[in-house]
Amino acid sequence: MLAMNFRGPYRVRADRNRPDPEIKHPNDAIVRVTRSLICGSDLHLYHGMVPDTRVGMTFGHEFTGVVEAVGSGVQKLKVGDHVLVPFNIACGTCPFCKQELYGNCHEANPEATAVGGFFGYAHIGGGYDGGQAEYVRVPYADVSPTVIPEGMDIEDAVMLTDVTPTGYQAAEQGGIQPGDTVVVFGAGPVGIMAARCSWLFGAGRVIIIDHLDYRLEFARNYAKCEAYNFKDMDDPVVFLKKATDWYGADVCIDAVGCEASGDALQTILGKQLLFEAGTATALHWAINSVKKGGIVSVIGVYGPPWNLVPMGSLMNKGITLRGNQASVKRLLPKLIDHVMSGRLNPKGLITHRVPLEEVPDAYHMFSAKRDNIIKPLLIPPRAYAA
Amino acid sequence: MAGPTQSDRQIAAQPKDLPGWGMDADPENDPTYPMKHANGADHQRLDYEKAPQQPLDMEILHSIERPNVTRVFGTSTPPKGLSGAIRRYAYKFSEATATHWMTLILADRVNVYEGIIEDLAHGIIPNLWVERGWRAEWKVNRAGMIQKMAVGALAVTGAVMLISRRNGKKARMSARYR
Repeated sequence: MLAMNFRGPYRVRADRNRPDPEIKHPNDAIVRVTRSLICGSDLHLYHGMVPDTRVGMTFGHEFTGVVEAVGSGVQKLKVGDHVLVPFNIACGTCPFCKQELYGNCHEANPEATAVGGFFGYAHIGGGYDGGQAEYVRVPYADVSPTVIPEGMDIEDAVMLTDVTPTGYQAAEQGGIQPGDTVVVFGAGPVGIMAARCSWLFGAGRVIIIDHLDYRLEFARNYAKCEAYNFKDMDDPVVFLKKATDWYGADVCIDAVGCEASGDALQTILGKQLLFEAGTATALHWAINSVKKGGIVSVIGVYGPPWNLVPMGSLMNKGITLRGNQASVKRLLPKLIDHVMSGRLNPKGLITHRVPLEEVPDAYHMFSAKRDNIIKPLLIPPRAYAA
Repeated sequence: MAGPTQSDRQIAAQPKDLPGWGMDADPENDPTYPMKHANGADHQRLDYEKAPQQPLDMEILHSIERPNVTRVFGTSTPPKGLSGAIRRYAYKFSEATATHWMTLILADRVNVYEGIIEDLAHGIIPNLWVERGWRAEWKVNRAGMIQKMAVGALAVTGAVMLISRRNGKKARMSARYR
């Protein structure tokens, strides 16, 4: 089959000679991919920043597909079902899944206990090949994969596998109360979605911060929020304090993670020397910009082993720090309703539609932020097969 | 490896005998809501229904912070070669150690060279123009790419000239003292 093949940092290939996936467990399904996306967190893999990213792996944790085969233990999914597949691989029965922490399943990732099981996210995510391919093995097929509701656009469906629930959970973790001022660091797809979803929780004011003007312009239009370029500021923390009557924001959301720009020391230590797990600039700003007793929600991805953040401010200001991988299955019913009723328009974030054969181009464009790209969608050649 | 002793666990298993145990518990003091629908399931620990074990028909490294592999696991790219040996070493250390993660990064870098050798062994010459996305760069940012190439060429030319001048100087010096 045709699949993306990682060959090393900044090098990927569309490989026509990848073996087809097989049923390995009674609860598996094989899915023929109809759409997949490249996530901002895939770029951390692409840039070689995530430990245990092995050459030869296929990335991709956001995809929809048609069920082609099921294992003997699968009871709910049927061959022919068109499903959206949440990026979390979850057993549904462990103590964490039972408490709806589907992103923290205890039975899906042997390699790292700190991380749940994810499709196509290195061996730190369990060593599963991902959805930037024609076919994928989907474990625990009866738990998370969800039949795409009738009438839902396939592009909305694929955006419900990660970016929409992740953006939504970023806002949810903020514990936003009506009238709150919310600051979102990062105008990538997740940050823009977090800004949009903040309104659903009753935010009174939403501010988004980034350094790319085209993204800020997109966010301003899509999420109807204030958008500012930190390159135009002497100090983003002072700017935000001033903008909030010198109190600080009620809620700050870090939607950047480990590849933030804006601080030379963090860049040298985190990106160039790898002495810390990437740059924690956005988290640093978030902790310093939030009010005393405020909430910082971390949805940006950080790798192990550590990052430099101002823990003293966290304690002294009485900040609540919350983070997690999105629990997609928990959020899907609510988000499907928001999409079907027109309150959310996830596919509006997709700016580039690329054949899977051109996956290296899509990675480069997304990584280098070319052509005003926000979110690239991959279309496999067999997407339209009968 | 030392673990909790049986007597310690027995003491910890009888906290309800302590005066005031649970008096000030407040179910609403739960910063994990609504991310976690607390139902006490995490107190069940190992006592939960598990799926059948996926057959372990390949080498799967697992964190030493758990006793065994999970009921399902990914089968992509099992460890092999020198990078595999480095990974096996890394997995002797817990996720709490820098040794674990830094060693894995080292294995990843070694693995890149193994990948090139593997490609060549299969008669595949890596096409950097395509693999690095330069084809797309040429389409959407031709001027920038030409500028970058020109700067690169200039830097290389400068470096070559500097090295050859130094070499020439050295040769002249050694000829003088010969």
